[in-house]
Amino acid sequence: MKRYFHEELEEIRSHLMLMGEKAVESVKLAMQALLESDIELANQVMESDDVIDDIEKQIDDEVVRYVSLRAPVARDLRLLFVAIKASHDLERVGDEASNIAGRTKKILAQGLPIDAVARVPRMCELAINMLEDSLRSFIQEEESLAYSIVGRDREVDTLNRENFKELVELMKSDSANVSACTEMVFISKSFERIADHAKNIAEEVFYLLTAQSLKEVTRGK
Amino acid sequence: MSLVTDKIISKPKIETRDLGLEMTENNRSLIEISNFDFFYGEKQALFDVSMDIKEREVTAFIGPSGCGKSTLLRCINRMNDLIEVARIGSGKITVNGVDIYDDRVDTIELRKRVGMVFQKSNPFPKSIYENVVYGLRIQGITRKSKLDEAVERCLKGAALWEEVKDRLDTSGLSLSGGQQQRLCIARALAVEPDILLMDEPCSALDPVATAKVEELIHTLKDRYTIVIVTHNMQQAARVSDRTAFFYLGKLIEMNATDQIFMSPDKEQTEAYISGRFG
Repeated sequence: MKRYFHEELEEIRSHLMLMGEKAVESVKLAMQALLESDIELANQVMESDDVIDDIEKQIDDEVVRYVSLRAPVARDLRLLFVAIKASHDLERVGDEASNIAGRTKKILAQGLPIDAVARVPRMCELAINMLEDSLRSFIQEEESLAYSIVGRDREVDTLNRENFKELVELMKSDSANVSACTEMVFISKSFERIADHAKNIAEEVFYLLTAQSLKEVTRGK
Repeated sequence: MSLVTDKIISKPKIETRDLGLEMTENNRSLIEISNFDFFYGEKQALFDVSMDIKEREVTAFIGPSGCGKSTLLRCINRMNDLIEVARIGSGKITVNGVDIYDDRVDTIELRKRVGMVFQKSNPFPKSIYENVVYGLRIQGITRKSKLDEAVERCLKGAALWEEVKDRLDTSGLSLSGGQQQRLCIARALAVEPDILLMDEPCSALDPVATAKVEELIHTLKDRYTIVIVTHNMQQAARVSDRTAFFYLGKLIEMNATDQIFMSPDKEQTEAYISGRFG
């Protein structure tokens, strides 16, 4: 039997999906701002972070209210814990996008060797794919898709390490590059973290759908 | 009929239209309780209780056994008049501005406007149909079309129609506990009350039947003002808009249900709802 308050759970799900869309959009726009040297776009990304933060606060409030009033159990309860954890991950994704935009503005003021950006679009593509897939696994309730996301962050980690080495070399070769390359080190790290958050969300979705820890499942494999 | 009721009926009556219930607006106080003291003999059961109960909301009374919540509920339609030693010390209860303890108030009329559903379902040993129309027949309504219409409307209102529409002539006692309770709610709705008082309406029901009654309460609040006494705090949290917590005959705290269960003002309330009481 569906109870009238189950609609409140649907609202929480909807808000998490909306937050996911906003976070993905922010990351894409941050990348675009960097590639197209678009300060206006960078400003737009930084401003949109407040919107993402507000949705997280709204989800927190809705979850606390639901837990206090509706005595949820089993999958309903898991959904609420996942909503809290995943919304925190998405809030961090929004922060990373904002950081990328902020550092982009600094780089644009200084100029940057073109080689320094080479690997970043691929990192961004991988991180966004992971993020979109983790959100799709939540929306479509596909545990196999959530399962498949874990491990996909390794390529992003590798690209980040390679990026770091190359940026160090660029800084060594010309001290004028130090400032901008340092910003790029952090931008690269931001994309790596976004991929980590996408992996976290996938693990959370897997727990929601199976009541099992994905880490434990993969360890026992 | 008790002596008390006889006495009240013999007085000039205040008509329903004087109570003005048809003209009420959303979210205003329909029931106002002011500095209300109540006694059973020498024992004081309620101490200086004051509260406003909003129209078309569900208000829950919670608190440990003996805290006075059922006593107060029964005062709202003067059910306590039937207890010989019961008496009001001071204060008053008004329904839409009318003091219900005014000597001129007809308690039969009052109880038509302020219906009651009890802890234990109490259908009459009659057919489902006759249970619903019982109050209407007492009012002298005999036209079959009108009674038929009331039966369908009230059983639909009580979310029971689909389950019993093909066996209206079978005994109300043949229904399950949950169905019997919803039949009692349908019976209460038949006389078109404005207020429904519910005294632990789900305490004898299984979880599925409880869920159905709770769903019903949720839909009924669009049309009725509901006051529910419950020992089940989760039920109060689920069904009510506002919650009042009582202890030892005193109203400790009354607030929006969200507020009571998420961040109560009083330590006693927090201790009670979080199970740290006593």
